[in-house]
Amino acid sequence: MYPSRFRYEAPRSLDAAIALLRDGGEDAKVMAGGQSLVPLMKLRFASPDLIVDINNVPGLAYHRQDPDGSLHVGALCRHAELERSALLGRAHPTMAAAAPLIADPLVRNRGTLVGSLCHADPQGDWASVTMALGGSIVAQGPAGRRTIPVADFVTGPFQNVLGPAEIAVEAVIPAAQGTRSGGYLKLERRVGDFATVGVAVALETSGTVVIRAGIALTGVGGSTIAAPEAERALVGQPLSADAIEEAATAAAAAARPKTDHRGSAEYKRHMVHTFVTRILSRTEPLAERAA
Amino acid sequence: MTTVYDDLSDAEAGDVPVNRIRFTINGKKKVAEVEPRLLLSHLIRRGLGLTGTHMGCDTTNCGACTVLVDGRAIKSCTMLAVQADGHEITTVEGLATASELHPLQEGFKQEHGLQCGFCTPGMMMAAKQLLDENPAPTEEDIRWALSGNLCRCTGYQNIVKSVLWAADKLRSEG
Repeated sequence: MYPSRFRYEAPRSLDAAIALLRDGGEDAKVMAGGQSLVPLMKLRFASPDLIVDINNVPGLAYHRQDPDGSLHVGALCRHAELERSALLGRAHPTMAAAAPLIADPLVRNRGTLVGSLCHADPQGDWASVTMALGGSIVAQGPAGRRTIPVADFVTGPFQNVLGPAEIAVEAVIPAAQGTRSGGYLKLERRVGDFATVGVAVALETSGTVVIRAGIALTGVGGSTIAAPEAERALVGQPLSADAIEEAATAAAAAARPKTDHRGSAEYKRHMVHTFVTRILSRTEPLAERAA
Repeated sequence: MTTVYDDLSDAEAGDVPVNRIRFTINGKKKVAEVEPRLLLSHLIRRGLGLTGTHMGCDTTNCGACTVLVDGRAIKSCTMLAVQADGHEITTVEGLATASELHPLQEGFKQEHGLQCGFCTPGMMMAAKQLLDENPAPTEEDIRWALSGNLCRCTGYQNIVKSVLWAADKLRSEG
């Protein structure tokens, strides 16, 4: 399969890339890892006139924690870097849990977190992870930089709020106010498949008390789903079996699954409950140790 | 390398965008003129005649087309040939020397790691990255590293053994 014809540019600076996009108009498209865009172009679901490949733009392949504690993931940071990251392993349990579950090792070598967020697939894993963590996207365009919360970034399946000449340059996870815990669990039929169900949980605790909770769901609706009721069930108290049960029930209620070849709606809803319970039950001793 | 394009006899036919790229494949430096929509897998198979890289699903699922780009195993059906500009590619043809099989190839032979052989080049290239980074992998490490490569014949058991064999051989050779 071939994509339809397009012009290709591989600029060596962000400014040059933005200028190319500005001139290219609506039919220009940014390519980073290309692990979603190339298949879409081969299937002719996407037929851009111009590809602006940002792989030669220096200084975007990083992930780092700033002195204020915030985590920054550059537009060319591959999933594989995050999977191996000592920083994530040490300080970002939800991110560290998700990284090895993205696609398969070959795709992880090339695909990027920021590209995945921009692709805005309702089945995307990083969207729920970064939403649970209260993350945001930094976009750079002709008018300068702006920061967009992940929760406001996606406007529909495969649609985001970026302007035609804007490039998402990094994802930001805010600093934790307490001790981080949590995880990401994904049910998939086989490696590389989209999630049948994915659940991201990001907690912050101070002593034994949960001071922030983020829960977001993948694969159980037409978009990434936040579960604010479930979050409220946890905040302001130590984790208890009752609180966990209440959160799991609220998260399952927030899910809007459809029956398809991956499973029945009832099964998917049940798995949301199971995954929330599993992640939080595993988190409990950690929070106690932190106290 | 000369690339022949279809004459579509339309207004666009005279205006095919072509990019010139320089890259290294299996240690040899090359220059090519490619249309941007040419996939890396097609450049390797048709442009360079290196047909050891197999095209399986052509939809980023099966891993048969796996090659190394700068040492990283990737699916060559999901990268544009034009993106190889300035990079180093290794295909299955780059494993053996003129006289000797690579330990991975020897391992697949010794442990019967293939039946039809279609997935084998991709398996070996994914395993190559693993062994380059982790000379003493466990069975679990190998299964994890090969989890993006599908085999419909073997049930994977002998593929895992083949990679373990190669790891032993490489370690004993120091």
